[in-house]
Amino acid sequence: MTDVQDQSPVADAPPPPETVANIVSFRDAPLYDGPVVPLAGFGAASNAAAVRLDPGDDARGLIPHLGGLRLIEVSFPKYRDGRGYSSARILREAGYTGELRAAGDVLIDQIVFMRRVGFDSFAPAKPLDRACVDAALARFPFVYQRAADDKRPVWALRHG
Amino acid sequence: MYRYDGYDQAIVDARVAEFRDQVQRRLANEITEDQFKPLRLMNGLYLQLHAYMLRVAVPYGTMSGTQLRMLAHIARTYDRGYAHFTTRQNIQFNWIKLAEAPDLLAELATVEMHAIQTSGNCIRNISSDQFAGAAADEVADPRPYAELLRQWSSFHPEFSYLPRKFKIAVIASDTDRAAIQLHDIGLQLVRRDGDLGFKVWVGGGMGRTPMLGHVIRDFIPVAKYLSYCEAILRVYNRFGRRDNIYKARIKILVHEIGAAEFTRQVEAEWAEVEPLALDAPAAEYARIVTQFAEPPYDLAASDSIDRSDPDFAVWLDQNVHRHKQPGYAIATISLKPIGGIPGDASAGQMDLIADLAERYAFDEIRVTHSQNLVLAHVRKADLYAVWTALAAAGLATPNLDLVTDIIACPGLDYCALANARSIPVAQRIAERFTDLARQHDIGELKIKVSGCINACGHHHAGHIGILGVDRKGEEAYQLSLGGSGAEDASLARIIGPGFSEAGVVDAVEKVIETYRAVRTGPAERFLDTYRRVGEAPFKAAVYGVPA
Ligand code: HEM
Ligand code: SF4
Repeated sequence: MTDVQDQSPVADAPPPPETVANIVSFRDAPLYDGPVVPLAGFGAASNAAAVRLDPGDDARGLIPHLGGLRLIEVSFPKYRDGRGYSSARILREAGYTGELRAAGDVLIDQIVFMRRVGFDSFAPAKPLDRACVDAALARFPFVYQRAADDKRPVWALRHG
Repeated sequence: MYRYDGYDQAIVDARVAEFRDQVQRRLANEITEDQFKPLRLMNGLYLQLHAYMLRVAVPYGTMSGTQLRMLAHIARTYDRGYAHFTTRQNIQFNWIKLAEAPDLLAELATVEMHAIQTSGNCIRNISSDQFAGAAADEVADPRPYAELLRQWSSFHPEFSYLPRKFKIAVIASDTDRAAIQLHDIGLQLVRRDGDLGFKVWVGGGMGRTPMLGHVIRDFIPVAKYLSYCEAILRVYNRFGRRDNIYKARIKILVHEIGAAEFTRQVEAEWAEVEPLALDAPAAEYARIVTQFAEPPYDLAASDSIDRSDPDFAVWLDQNVHRHKQPGYAIATISLKPIGGIPGDASAGQMDLIADLAERYAFDEIRVTHSQNLVLAHVRKADLYAVWTALAAAGLATPNLDLVTDIIACPGLDYCALANARSIPVAQRIAERFTDLARQHDIGELKIKVSGCINACGHHHAGHIGILGVDRKGEEAYQLSLGGSGAEDASLARIIGPGFSEAGVVDAVEKVIETYRAVRTGPAERFLDTYRRVGEAPFKAAVYGVPA
């Protein structure tokens, strides 16, 4: 058996093609749909309003530029690569309030966590059914820890 | 013991309902096995050689009689009448049917148990000292802090897709009964100037590249340990390797960048997150600590024990430890009968132990990382009654920490990753040393057997470690010496070429006879002798080369 510890065979699937057609949004404001530059090209074009972070990119590098950004897209080439969760939270902790989009291999089972770390729009490679997304988000009544959303952890609820 | 409130219960119930949906979708073929696999793994359900295996969390190894009785019921109803306690203080059921798994989890939830995060690349069950709350040498009960970690790590949104699994252990004594230096994070509760805090180790682990943890902080106040762990996990999540599954544990990151640089990064991250109010308030600590309050001890309990039954006296000397409360003792129930499967218990045995715990031990049972069970608070006056009942059920083997108290992983009998069987090797060794007088003469000796390089059987930490390997399609075994998972942690070293099953049992016996010949006296443990004389005499005895 080559499979280590019964892990998902999905793990090594090639990154799915990205489309921007199926965006699921939790923002009131209209979505940004202009050009998105990769972080590497951002320095040269730092008047760009949208930037893409790949898993290995350092989100903290964007902190000086947050004021001018309308969209930060965090790419998830494989759902199992969880670096983008930290990127999102770091950006929200730094005060970014613009659109934060998770793009790529974004599945229904990750949405709850992604919302909690601060993503407010999703560009899944495979379309997601909005009703399923809302059901998943409504499933768990309480959370145990503070994150980048406004949910109060149970320790806060317990002690008023 | 910690009891769920409405919040805890609602979260666990929601998880059961979610999994029920997922299983239904799978059984109706609405999702493929590939899509279902990560979902079931997040609920502790593995596909093994012959059936599904379900791993149920026993948080920090503590459970009540009601919970143990539920595990017995599950063994009877959903499995073949027995179950297996693991080296991470959990319990595994080996013969589970997928369609029944949701009902099983729903039953578990009625007694405040779950299988959440018992597999997957997330923070796993928090383990602890099986003598917590009873040990004379602890600064405070470590379990409230383990419970708070359990809550903090459950469904952690940022740390559920880590590079690899993540294991945390918490203790509160200088004596390490939880192998903290072999965990991703090891926490030791200490007191400094009257305040409680943690000494923090990071980067220990077994698997194919065993490493001992590094101390990255001597003291983090308890009020801040959650945000400190958050910082450690974030550094790992961002920078741990994801290109190679065998290099993805935090130990490799710490090793590659060095403990000093890793520490610097954690401290820098902590400076970022510490002000974000991630730590629970003092009231929450107090709420949890209260639930681990000392049981209502009988203050008049007698400190003397009637040793007139010689078999009882042997068990007393081997399996019973000192308790911090006068008149009480800690009794370890060996799940290592000679010829048995290490760590297995039948439903009937579990029921009996649950009864004994309720009657004699303030309704608490502990699981140890060496796959035994513990009644942590037994009145000395009740020990004889407890022993009598255990003995009648085959549970009074007086072999704690002796040569027959062997840790063994499931191996080729169950595990899809195995190279070789582990259980039969443990059984053959135990049978070779059945004679109790001989076991006692050998003294403390920890043999640990893994069926493959993943090291679930802790062979790297064995005084004698045995590793199953594949030798041209044949099961073979490598012998290593000198490991320890205790406070004097060290990694065992392979002493030479491998053996067949029969050969490795003979080799173990030669090693042990060599020890008896070269030790300074019976007080010198095998491990200490090995450390003093090195491997040469053992190698000579096993391979016939001159010392
Ligand atoms: C039967 C199914 C099991 C499978 C497929 C399995 C798989 C694995 C794998 C792949 C590793 C290596 C992880 C790594 O180094 O990254 C591992 C480590 C480990 N497993 Fe298991 N295991 C199983 C059962 C068990 C059992 C029954 C126990 C307890 C008796 C156990 C305890 C451990 C421990 C303590 C480690 C070492 C952790 C470390 O490397 O720090 N496992 N397991
Ligand atoms: S050590 Fe190997 S054989 Fe044993 S349980 Fe772990 S993965 Fe299976």
